Amino acid sequence: MVDSIFREYRPSDAERSDRSAGDRLRHRQKVRESIRENIADIIAEESIIGKDKDRVIKVPLRGVKEYRFVYGDNAAGVSQGDGDARPGQVVGKTGREGPGKGDDVAGDRPGVDYYETDVTLEELVEIMFEDLELPNLERKALREIESDRLAKRKGYRHVGIRVRLDKRRTARQRVMRKLASIRSEHSRAAQAERVIAAEEAGEVAEEASERRFPFHHDDLRYRHIEVDTREESNAVVLCIMDTSGSMDTMKKYLARSFFFLLYQFISTRYRSVEIVFIAHHTEAREVSEEEFFHKGESGGTFISSGYHKALEIIAARYHPSLWNVYAFHCSDGDNFDSDNPAALRAAQELSEVCNLFGYGEIKPLGSRYYESSMLNVFRRLEAPNFHTVLIERKEDIWPSFKAFLAKDRIKE
Amino acid sequence: MSSYELSDLIEWDTRIRAKVEEFGLDCFAQEFEICDHTGMLGYMAYNGMPSHYPHWSYGKSYEKLKTLYDHGMSGLPYEMVINSSPSIAYLMRDNTLLLQILTMAHVYGHNDFFKNNFTYRSTRAELTLETFKAHALRVRHYTEDPSIGADQVERVLDAAHGLSWQCRRNLAIRKLTRDEQLERALEQAQPRFDPYKKIHRPVEFHEADVHKLPIEPDEDLLLFIRDYNPFLSPWEKDLLTIVDEEAKYFIPMMETKIMNEGWASYWHKRIVESLALEQGLHLEFIVRHNQVVRPIPGQLNPYHLGLRIWEDIFRRHNDPTPEEIKRDGAPTKTGDQKIFEVREVERDTSFIRRYLTDDLMREMDLFQYQARGGDLVVDKVADEEGWREIKETLIKGVGTASIPVIKVEDADFGHNHTLYLKHYHDGRDLHLEYAEKTLGYLQRLWGRECVIETVLQGKRSQLCYNERGFSIRALK
Repeated sequence: MVDSIFREYRPSDAERSDRSAGDRLRHRQKVRESIRENIADIIAEESIIGKDKDRVIKVPLRGVKEYRFVYGDNAAGVSQGDGDARPGQVVGKTGREGPGKGDDVAGDRPGVDYYETDVTLEELVEIMFEDLELPNLERKALREIESDRLAKRKGYRHVGIRVRLDKRRTARQRVMRKLASIRSEHSRAAQAERVIAAEEAGEVAEEASERRFPFHHDDLRYRHIEVDTREESNAVVLCIMDTSGSMDTMKKYLARSFFFLLYQFISTRYRSVEIVFIAHHTEAREVSEEEFFHKGESGGTFISSGYHKALEIIAARYHPSLWNVYAFHCSDGDNFDSDNPAALRAAQELSEVCNLFGYGEIKPLGSRYYESSMLNVFRRLEAPNFHTVLIERKEDIWPSFKAFLAKDRIKE
Repeated sequence: MSSYELSDLIEWDTRIRAKVEEFGLDCFAQEFEICDHTGMLGYMAYNGMPSHYPHWSYGKSYEKLKTLYDHGMSGLPYEMVINSSPSIAYLMRDNTLLLQILTMAHVYGHNDFFKNNFTYRSTRAELTLETFKAHALRVRHYTEDPSIGADQVERVLDAAHGLSWQCRRNLAIRKLTRDEQLERALEQAQPRFDPYKKIHRPVEFHEADVHKLPIEPDEDLLLFIRDYNPFLSPWEKDLLTIVDEEAKYFIPMMETKIMNEGWASYWHKRIVESLALEQGLHLEFIVRHNQVVRPIPGQLNPYHLGLRIWEDIFRRHNDPTPEEIKRDGAPTKTGDQKIFEVREVERDTSFIRRYLTDDLMREMDLFQYQARGGDLVVDKVADEEGWREIKETLIKGVGTASIPVIKVEDADFGHNHTLYLKHYHDGRDLHLEYAEKTLGYLQRLWGRECVIETVLQGKRSQLCYNERGFSIRALK
C-alpha cells in the first residue's frame, strides 16, 4: 500500500477559503424575500400598533424550504429503547424530528428546517418600506426635509473598513517611510562615523536597505466617504380619520392600522416630515398623535368637515407653493346624504392643493351591502392625484397602503 | 496541534497502515487534510467536496450547521471521508492525538468499503474530484452567461434538487435502452409456444404499444424530462444531467449508511486494539469509541446498529453457540471470510434482512412506533410476534427505501402531453404539503400538467399540478 499523503493546515488557506460566502448571502436574501412576501399576513396577524420597536416577531419562512417527495405521518419508524420499551409508551411528538432518525447523508424526511425566523419590529418595518416613498415629491421654495444620499469621497483616513483600503496610497506611504528610515539610518550612521570606522558604517546602511521592509499599521490609508445630506422639499402629511359612531371597533382598528403604518413609514424614512392628525365626525378638529390613535368618539358623519379642516390648516400653515402636501382619509363612507355634494367639492379642492390625496374606505366584509359608500360619490371626482382603495379585511391593509405609495405607481 | 506534531500523525499512520494490510483491508491511496473547524463546516456543507457548484441550499446548510455548532447543540464529526481515488479525508486540527489515531483507523475502514462494496462500482471514484469540479465550472459558466444568468440557473436547480432522489435505486442493474425495452415488449407480446395449443383456450392477444412513452415505467425523473421535454434549452438539460449525476454519486452512500459506518467502526476498534496503546491513550480510546457507537435510546444510531451486526456475524462464524449450530448448521466460513464477503455483496436493506437476527433485535430493544394523535407511540416491541414486523419497518426506513418510489407511466396522458406518474404505495402516504411543492417543481421542468396517482388515507387519488395550481382528485 502506498504511503498516505498528509496536507498540513495552513491558516492562510483557511482564511481565504470561505467559499460558502456567496451561497450564504443568497440564502439570506431568500430569507429576506420570504419575510417580505409574508408581510401582508404578518400585519394581518400581529397587532403591531403601538408596539415596541425591539419587539421580536416570528415570521414563517416558506421560500427557503427544500421540498422533495417524502412520506407523511402515517409511516412507522423503528427506534432503540433503553431495555424496557413497552407497547403504548409515548416516545415523542409528531411534526418534528421523531425518534428513528440517524444522521443520514440526505434529509429524507420533513422535519428540522427553519420554519420561521425572528425579526424585530424595526427590521420588519425597514424591509416593508424598502421600495415605498412619498410620490410626486416636488422641490418647493423652502427646504426642510433632509434625505441621505450616498456619499461622496472626501480625503483619506488612517482608519476605516477593509473594502475602502486604498492600496496605492498605502503602498506609497510604505515607500515614503522606507526612504525616510534609510535616510535616518544614514544620518545615524554618519553620527556613528565619528566614533567607529567609516567602512563599518557603510555596511550598516547597506544591510538596512536589503532588509525586508513590511507594511506597518501606520501605512494604511483608507478612502473616506462622507454621507451627503441633501435637502429635499418640505412635506406635510395630513391624516384624516372618521371617528363617528358608525365606525365600530373593527373599522377603527383597520383605519388605525393603516395610519399606524403610514406614521411608521414616514417617521422611519423621512426625518422631518410634518404630520397633522385630524379626527372628524360632524365636526373636525386637529388632535395629537396619542388622541388620534387611542381615542374614540361618536356622532354622525360629515366628511366635508374633515376636508374643510384640512384645507384650513393647509391655508394657514402649509402653503402649497412651499409645501408638498399629502392627505389620507379613512372612513367607512357612511356619510349623511346631504353632505355628499359638499364633501365632493371639498375633496376636489383638496386634490388641487395636494400632491396626493388618498381615500381609503373601510368596509369590513359584508357591510358594503347595506351601508352607503363614498366611493360612488368620489367616482365623479376627476383628479389624477386622487386615489381610492377599499379595505375590507385586515389582509387588505398592506396592499392598499402599497397602492398609495408604491414607487412604480408614479411611472404610470 | 498542540501536544503532537504532524510527524507523530505520520508515524501513527504508518503503524495503522501496517495493521490495515495485516487484516487484509484493500484500500485506495489515502490523503489526509488537516483543517480547522470552519474548514470542516465548509466541507460538511458541500458534502465534503473540495469544489462544488454554488447554490443557496449549501449556504443554508452551512448556516444551520454553524448555528448548531455555535450553540453547542451538535459537535462536529471527527472526520469526513469522501469516496474518491485517492480517498480524501479531513482531520480536525483541534482533535487530540488519540482522536486522530481513531479517526485515521476509521477512515481506512470507509476507504476499504468504498473500494470494495458493489454499490460503489457505479461511482467511478478515480474521477470524483474532476467530475465535481467540471460540474462547478459548467454551472458557473451558465450563471455568468448574460443570456442565462443566476436567477434562471437557480430556478432550474431548485426544481432539480427537489426531484434528484427520484432516480434508480440499484445502480448495479443496467438500465435498458428504449430499443431494448421495445424488443422485450415485442417479445412478450408474441404468443408463447404451446404444444397443447389445440386443447388450450387461445390466449388473448395483446398488441405491444410501440409508441408508448416510456415503454416501461421510468424512475429517472430528471433524465426522463431531459430526454423527452423538447422545449428545454441545452443548458437546462445539462443542469438536469449534473444534478442527476450528483444524486447518483450519493445514492450508494445512502444505500449503505449502516453497513459503512458499522464497518468503519468495527475496523477502527480492531485496529486500535491491536496497536497496543499505552494506558492513557487506551482509556481515552474506550471513552471516545463508546461515544461514537453508543446506543441512543429513542433513536437509532447507525454506528451502533452496524457495529452490532458486524460483530454478530463475526461471532456467529467464529464462535457459534450450540443453539445456533443446531438451528443454522456449523459455519463453513471463518468470521473474517464471511464479513469480507458480506461487505462486498450486500447493501443496507439486504444486510439487515439477512443478518439482523431476532436475538440481536431483542438484545438491542428495538421497537416500532406510530403516530397517534400528536404523539409517537410504541406499538410493537421485538418479542416473538413483533420482531418480523419491526424488521420490515426498519428495512423500509433505511437507505433509498425511505424515499417514495415514483415512476413515469405515460408522457402523453390523455393525448395532451400530460406527464402521468404513479406512486408505488406501500402503506405509507406522501406528505401532502411536500408533494404539492415538489409536483410544482416537476411541472416547472416538464412545462405541462403533471399528475401523480397515489393513495391517500386508503383512497386512490390523483395529485395534479398545472398552470392553475395544485388540485387533488379522488379516483374510483
